[in-house]
Amino acid sequence: MSETTPAKEGPTVTQATLVKKAAPKSDYKPADVSPQRRVQRSFAVRLWSVRHSRLLEWFYSRFADMFLLLHPLWKGLGYGRVEAPIKFVEKRVKGFMFDCRMCGQCVLSSTGMSCPMNCPKQLRNGPCGGVRANGNCEVEPDMPCVWVKAWEGSKNMVHGDKILDVQKPVDQSLRETSAWLRVTAQSAAAREAAANAKTGAAA
Amino acid sequence: MIARQRDENPAGIHLPLDPLPGHSSRGRLERVLRRGEFAVTTELNPPDSADPEDVYNRAKIFDGWVDAINAVDASGANCHMSSVGICALLTRMGYAPIMQIACRDRNRIAIQGDVLGGAAMGVANMLCLTGDGVQAGDQPGAKPVFDLDSMSLLETCRIMRDNGKFLSGRKLTTPPQIFLGAAVNPFAPPFDFRPIHLGKKIAAGAQFVQTQYCFDVPMFKTFMQKARDLGHTEKVFILCGVGPLASAKTAKWIRSNVPGIHIPDAIIKRLEGAQDQKKEGKQLCIDIINEVKEIAGVAGVHVMAYRQEEYVAEIVDESGVLKGRQPWKREIRRDDQMVADRLDHILHDEITETQVDMVKTAH
Repeated sequence: MSETTPAKEGPTVTQATLVKKAAPKSDYKPADVSPQRRVQRSFAVRLWSVRHSRLLEWFYSRFADMFLLLHPLWKGLGYGRVEAPIKFVEKRVKGFMFDCRMCGQCVLSSTGMSCPMNCPKQLRNGPCGGVRANGNCEVEPDMPCVWVKAWEGSKNMVHGDKILDVQKPVDQSLRETSAWLRVTAQSAAAREAAANAKTGAAA
Repeated sequence: MIARQRDENPAGIHLPLDPLPGHSSRGRLERVLRRGEFAVTTELNPPDSADPEDVYNRAKIFDGWVDAINAVDASGANCHMSSVGICALLTRMGYAPIMQIACRDRNRIAIQGDVLGGAAMGVANMLCLTGDGVQAGDQPGAKPVFDLDSMSLLETCRIMRDNGKFLSGRKLTTPPQIFLGAAVNPFAPPFDFRPIHLGKKIAAGAQFVQTQYCFDVPMFKTFMQKARDLGHTEKVFILCGVGPLASAKTAKWIRSNVPGIHIPDAIIKRLEGAQDQKKEGKQLCIDIINEVKEIAGVAGVHVMAYRQEEYVAEIVDESGVLKGRQPWKREIRRDDQMVADRLDHILHDEITETQVDMVKTAH
């Protein structure tokens, strides 16, 4: 499965190191992390969120209910019109709490409040086989594996077994849209459909 | 009448086998596994060349010792001949390749096309992988795609096969008949999640799994115990990954440089203490095979002998896992031999026939 380059003397020499050594030298040497990590700060808050996954789960379910109650308001104003301000808030709040990447199809409740889009491979269904023995990422040796944390977080949660659901591939066309509004509109539609079915059955 | 081997299409070795009830593919590997025989698979070191002979020569050394050959998809993110290309060559010669599909390099459009193309060429087995990150390979500046992950890739292939549809819902006129595989690594954290993760892969469509290199048998036993308790071993064929270590130095290097491979200290000590480390590495591999084959629920072994492919036959032979069975072997058939005998001279004789000469001899 994993390919190994022939063993060399002395300190670790990977293909990547060889390539890096051959690169032209200059005074500007950026930090040796993936581009994804460069746009993001430390991950202390993200880890706090995973540790408090149960609290956040409780809070989110109240929050989602409130958003659903406000459905007539969103509908009255027009979902299209409220999208910009809601997305502005959502992006900042979730960005601070979870290092959210605005995939637009939030699965935090199924992944122990650890955002899977922070995985360098953006895995949404579990860890890859490259997790280091200390539980850190294969690609980012100093970052704890998103999925090791997800498993820890989901064990704290009431509906932690949602981690067993097989997630669909990310719909890239939904990026940079509000997951909050989408979920609200969908549950409102589901509620209406259920109500219609009930009245239909009664009539 | 030409004598033919078990699991061979009489109309031609490159053709798919007759469909059997309950089988999802028309390949040899699925037949071997479903018959309950201990399967052996291996990995072909992909050439850095455009010469088909390189692939044939590398496959030839496995002849008669393995049931299927993995065609790796740029493993370790290093550029090599593509797995589709290798599969095209191998299926022509009647081999049973396992086409590895990694999500690193292609998006869902390309992957679904490759699944159809591979199945059309006669590839009966596909192994769905996430793939190593690009930073590990010789071209770290490449764009990592990871449009699907191993799980959604499995599900995509299953939907294509069972529902006869693309991921978009568009219909296929002929769905691919494939035996779906996945990889598991019981030797990386989170350890208690790994068996559950296997269950998820089964739910997504995995019918067989190959594990990462097993050097820690007790750890593998714990994993298998949990997998059995969860009832996974009845739904999936587990092939344990094994391989020879060339030396203690290589083992140390792998341990510190290749994420996901766990090598306990005892193994390194044993190699260091040996006179001939290469031979000891091979013996160690045989010992591990002998231990894992006794574990309930292990359906076979996957021998990965990177750059030591010539040892695969010896390892399989000396461990005796085949119990006298001989996997399919490419051999010259009698009709081919007849053609070769009668016409071979035209390759060597230096005759230039002109049309004038031909007319003369005809009279």
